[in-house]
Amino acid sequence: MSEDKSPITTPGKRELTNKPRFSDKVFRGVATAGGLSSLVILGLILIFLGYQGFQVLRSEGFGFITGSNWQVIQDNAGNTDLSASSFGIAAMLVGTLLCAALAVSIAVPISVLCALYLTFYAPQFLKKIMVAIIDLMAAFPSILFGMWGFFVLMPHVEYWAKLIHKYFSWIPLFKMEISVFTRSPFVAGVVLAIMIIPIITSVSREIFSQTPLDRVQAAYALGATRWSMIRAVVIPYGKSGVVGGAMLGLGRAMGETVAVYTVLNLVYQINWHVLIGAGGNVASMILLKFGEAGPTETRALMAAGLVLFLLTLLVNSIANTIVSRTGGKGR
Amino acid sequence: MNNSNQDGNDDMETKATPSSLSDVANANKARKQPGSGALGVGLEARSIHAWFGDKLVIRDISLDFWSGTVTALIGPSGCGKSTFIRTLNRMHEFIPGAAMAGEVLLNGQDIYEQGTDVTKIRLKVGMVFQKPNPFPSMTIADNVLAGLKLAQLKTQNKDDLLEECLERAGLWNEVKDRLSAYGGSLSGGQQQRLCIARSLAVRPEVLLMDEPCSALDPGSTLKIEETIQHLSSTMTIIIVTHNMQQAARVSDYTGFFLSDGGPGELVEVGPTSEIFSRPKDIRTENYVTGRFG
Repeated sequence: MSEDKSPITTPGKRELTNKPRFSDKVFRGVATAGGLSSLVILGLILIFLGYQGFQVLRSEGFGFITGSNWQVIQDNAGNTDLSASSFGIAAMLVGTLLCAALAVSIAVPISVLCALYLTFYAPQFLKKIMVAIIDLMAAFPSILFGMWGFFVLMPHVEYWAKLIHKYFSWIPLFKMEISVFTRSPFVAGVVLAIMIIPIITSVSREIFSQTPLDRVQAAYALGATRWSMIRAVVIPYGKSGVVGGAMLGLGRAMGETVAVYTVLNLVYQINWHVLIGAGGNVASMILLKFGEAGPTETRALMAAGLVLFLLTLLVNSIANTIVSRTGGKGR
Repeated sequence: MNNSNQDGNDDMETKATPSSLSDVANANKARKQPGSGALGVGLEARSIHAWFGDKLVIRDISLDFWSGTVTALIGPSGCGKSTFIRTLNRMHEFIPGAAMAGEVLLNGQDIYEQGTDVTKIRLKVGMVFQKPNPFPSMTIADNVLAGLKLAQLKTQNKDDLLEECLERAGLWNEVKDRLSAYGGSLSGGQQQRLCIARSLAVRPEVLLMDEPCSALDPGSTLKIEETIQHLSSTMTIIIVTHNMQQAARVSDYTGFFLSDGGPGELVEVGPTSEIFSRPKDIRTENYVTGRFG
């Protein structure tokens, strides 16, 4: 540098260093360990499922997610013949998506209205009670929802299903070919909806209550009614949060096992008609088969678990993309 | 106690601008029949008290605000200026535990009367806040017209209204080519003028401004002050400000608020030139000459 005779010299960039204190290092280690542990555990589960399911996935190929036949063939010695057996979970995947989508589309409007009521309309004492009850609902064991669905909802749902069929059968989704109304994806969807309402409500309520006060006041100062203020200010602000809550709910609905197992009639046939009493769900299929499965079938169930895992991941990342594309504007 | 009346009578003889002297004198007669003349009393506060919970924060404030004038409210922080103007369009009651006593007459009608539609009051008494608060999810044009949508008002020609409001707020030339940009893309000063344009769109009779320039740089402040000057010929403007130069520059009347640790009170009100040159109360003099506050 000093040999350079030009009048203006730019010095080289200095390295910016900082010697952290010991306590800071320790805390940093603890926080890093905590932060990474969930990722590591998730990764290990993924590896375990992949390792276990690999054999079945290789022998079935793409047919594992497009086929709908689940048949275990054993040879004379009682060992499972992998090439003769067929494992396909297409019906269960369709059922999973169908029930979860139904649940979310029922739960989101109810949850949003509930959250709006709690944030802007409910008197203070009622608000406290309702928030406590809703939070309690989130912690309720899912088998209880399943039993409620089976014993309480099922006897009544036939009436509703027939009503929907009567007026909306022109929508392919609501067509009935066989008149078996009970144990349908519709019932499972309603049960799942009730299970995910608390999650979506809490997340929405949280975001609605954070609406910047200055915007709320600006709307009121322009002669807004409460409802027009909510529409112009609260909904645009909270939209992305509501979608986030819906995603959490969707994740739970897709992975729900026991409640679906209790109410749904598992049938290995792709069924898009939500009112017909036949459907499926990957998680409850695993529960159904797990008890009596031999070693090979267990591997096939692991593979099914892997597919469910990846499907959930895929749906969530798609939803995240949608949120980040549309969410920013209201903030 | 009714400062406004006593001082108001003095106002008539000492109002600085000769052209409006006779008008104001006429308005003096009109005082008994508020809102009857072009320069009648637009808004009258009668013995306003306000509480937060059990704490009395302003006591017995009576003030008349004249159409076509700008009234500045000055005083140190915490003396109840903002609370007072928030009672004038019923924004005060949004704060949990807030209460008030007294009357606010808009064209002779008490805005706190039982059965009043509060949203209609806020259409007539608009407000501009300390921090610019355009709706970030709306475009510039939508922001200006937001009030129509919020209050479900109809208008024949939205484009004309849009241009008129932005013009009156002194923002039209800066934004006319990007009306569909989002409100948040403007600078702070432009955002505040956008908020003024937004308040104008619902055609208020009174505009309350709660320290509208305290978050802005001097250049933007100047623009807003010009806007206030333009607007003042057609409406009643009440501005709360910490900046005494601003009060001196923009206002026709000035009210001085003070709290001696207890609730805020109106010490003195009068023509701005009087308040700043020959205040009657020693506390006002101390404040405007910068001895405290």
